[in-house]
Amino acid sequence: MDIRFSNKGTTLIVSVAGELDHHYSEYARQKIDVEIMKATTRNVVFDFSKLGFMDSSGIGVIAGRYKNISKLNGKAAIVCSNTQINRILEMSGILRIIPAYGTLDEAVRTVQH
Amino acid sequence: MQLINEMKLEFPGKSANEAFARIVAAAFVSQLDPTLEELADIKTAVSEAVTNAIIHGYENKAGIIRMNCRLYEDSIEIAVIDEGKGIENIEQARQPLYTSKPEMERSGMGFTVMESFMDSVEITSEPGKGTTIVMNKKIS
Repeated sequence: MDIRFSNKGTTLIVSVAGELDHHYSEYARQKIDVEIMKATTRNVVFDFSKLGFMDSSGIGVIAGRYKNISKLNGKAAIVCSNTQINRILEMSGILRIIPAYGTLDEAVRTVQH
Repeated sequence: MQLINEMKLEFPGKSANEAFARIVAAAFVSQLDPTLEELADIKTAVSEAVTNAIIHGYENKAGIIRMNCRLYEDSIEIAVIDEGKGIENIEQARQPLYTSKPEMERSGMGFTVMESFMDSVEITSEPGKGTTIVMNKKIS
């Protein structure tokens, strides 16, 4: 798994590549939380366009980060086109609070409005 | 239903072995020529079962996990077995969003994912003795 960060204004883009399971979830959590703590971060976009595998451990990571940013009125969105990952996201109900989009531009635009 | 092949795998309950177990299961079922979607389903279900054994069965302490796979002409059976603490209330554990470890940010979706991605999921468990999860999936 590989995590990269970039910023668009007050939106933090978290790009996760490879596989996100329980083994990598603690590492992902810590890395993302450090970035979220930075004063410039208000919204978070989880970019999963290069993620090849995710199980329910990933849902815990997303939900936990969302809890933190929503306390400060931040918004979140997901970018995902992988069928398996989309099914997990749908099944978990998380898409009712964090919408998913096909492209990064759409996701970034949504959280900034 | 004729058994055409089987294999048994034993590994310590380390989280690095979650990826190992799901890749082994996917490689083994490849003999039945599954679709990419069926492979992804199996990998996900195995990942959930092995993660459960590590987090809940052994609570991140040392312990051996066994994975037994059987191939039939048009289906696979995968058993994931631990000798950890067992599940007190299986019905409760199966409920979507139920988790005994919310402080670890567990989503409580493990069994729901296994049930949706496989055709059947049977859980047998005895407190103090361990848990066995047997999953079946038809390969078209």
